[in-house]
Amino acid sequence: MTEQASVIHVANLSKTYFVPEREAGLGAAIKSLFKRKLKEVKAVEKISFEVRAGEVVGFLGPNGAGKTTTLKMLSGLLYPTGGAGTVLGFTPSKREKDFLRQITLVMGNRNQLQWDIPALDSFELFRAIYGIPQAQFKQTRDEFIELLELKDLVKKPVRNLSLGERMKMEIVGALLHRPKVLFLDEPTIGLDVTMQKRIRTFIAEYNRRYGATVLLTSHYMADVEALCKRVVVIHHGQILHDGDLSGLVEKFSAHKTLGVTVDDGVDLSGYGEVMSKEGSRVILRVLKAETSRVAARLLAEQAVSDLTIEDAPIEDVIERVFASGAPPEPAL
Amino acid sequence: MKNLLDFYRTNMKTSFLGTLQYPVAQYFYMIGMMAEPVIYLVVWSTVARAQGGSVGGYTPGAFAAYYIVWTLVRNINIVFTPYGWEWLIRQGQLAALLMRPLHPIHQFISGFAAEKFFVIALWLPLAAFLSFVFKPELHPSLLQMAVFAVAIWGAYLIRTMLLWILGMIGFWTTRVSAIFELYFALELLLSGRLVPLALMPMWVQQTAAYLPFKWAFQFPIEVLVGQMPPGQLFAGLGIQLLWIVVSTALMQVVWRMGIRQFTAVGG
Repeated sequence: MTEQASVIHVANLSKTYFVPEREAGLGAAIKSLFKRKLKEVKAVEKISFEVRAGEVVGFLGPNGAGKTTTLKMLSGLLYPTGGAGTVLGFTPSKREKDFLRQITLVMGNRNQLQWDIPALDSFELFRAIYGIPQAQFKQTRDEFIELLELKDLVKKPVRNLSLGERMKMEIVGALLHRPKVLFLDEPTIGLDVTMQKRIRTFIAEYNRRYGATVLLTSHYMADVEALCKRVVVIHHGQILHDGDLSGLVEKFSAHKTLGVTVDDGVDLSGYGEVMSKEGSRVILRVLKAETSRVAARLLAEQAVSDLTIEDAPIEDVIERVFASGAPPEPAL
Repeated sequence: MKNLLDFYRTNMKTSFLGTLQYPVAQYFYMIGMMAEPVIYLVVWSTVARAQGGSVGGYTPGAFAAYYIVWTLVRNINIVFTPYGWEWLIRQGQLAALLMRPLHPIHQFISGFAAEKFFVIALWLPLAAFLSFVFKPELHPSLLQMAVFAVAIWGAYLIRTMLLWILGMIGFWTTRVSAIFELYFALELLLSGRLVPLALMPMWVQQTAAYLPFKWAFQFPIEVLVGQMPPGQLFAGLGIQLLWIVVSTALMQVVWRMGIRQFTAVGG
């Protein structure tokens, strides 16, 4: 990987927070007024990786692993406490205008569109903020509206849109200036499967059309599978895996989840590990290689009224690996 | 500069559209705000009548003029408050603003300014009603009206900057309500909001002249209802300009320090 080809260059990037901490109770509260105890939290610890132009990289790890902190450092919202990172040759923390014009940060739980007016008006505002030439703005806006099938929605006040529709609008707004680097933090969080798929397809299409570089965090394995050939797994601020997605799935996702609806009271523990049981709905965890055989057995031996097979959530998979004490690979 | 003007134009239009969404709520809010000056007006008019027709040179008609113009100035100098800042920081909205290649203050200056045009339209019938009831003595010259038209925007800018500086305390601590309350108490006494400064002790008037509050509130009112000669009117505008420059510079210094703090501890 050459320096020229790398759009994101991260070397020993670290971020340490000092968080106030005290025991519960009145005494501790009064004591903390006079003597504040600070706890050091290493959110990101000497991580290094590079992302080439046009690459879509999944940035994975459980909650609190340091993913969002890293994205914030790379987009200039957080100042690193150690190491260095460059994006498109810029130092993000300087927040230069030319840098900000070429990147975007989409956070699935934040919104930028104005609530009370149609998204079309907010798009116009983004045009003015980024100084996008009128012709380019109109072309990009109409292209995105068509790709995401938003034509009937852009004239409605944003408050009248569903969560998924709003998220699609947010993504259009965030990409109108055609950024070269996309930092996407849980862009599909809370959305239904159809909406997740639509957004994934759009991101893939944007990447294809504009050759944009994408760094994506998601707890949805489907997002990662659809978009990322390469994944970086981070936990406790350190990189545990950097490589092909296929390698990650092999390594971390050895199980599948079976959702089975059967008659109440039937014991399914002989088919796999019972994860949960609510009424007649039982969730089983089975080895990936055993999935077809177990599903066939269930259908043949039990009165199954519904059966679903899903990948385990990536967060659960990774957590299991950590819990089982798998030795982490050295950071790359 | 061309881009900035384009942004101001576009954001003013967008904000104006947003304001239009809740006209009735806006009106009720404005009517609710009228209680404060009407109480002051009734109290001081009663005092003036009890003291033989005037107090501190203000007749009931002069008080009516003062407090009716007060209602307009008060509406114009409603700006983004420190409570809004708390929301920006806690809800993570500031992070979104920081991702833009534009200083966020432009969004707030232009956004709130746009709403004022709607506010003025709503204010006119209320002012007519108050005038019908309280019979103000108000005979401004063309020059006074012209200077007033500039001074209310000067007041708007000064208060915008002051409350931005105050709001940015939120970068260092998340509980700053007590400081805000202290500021608002000082502003109430030293701006001419509670009572015309001419009715305050001389030392308060002298102190107020060297502080920004008066220039963001009483000065525009005095421009319209007072008897200031042209030289004093323009000098007042000059002092407003000075406060705009000083508060903008201070805002920038605190902004840079605040952003350093924000990016150090997290958005």
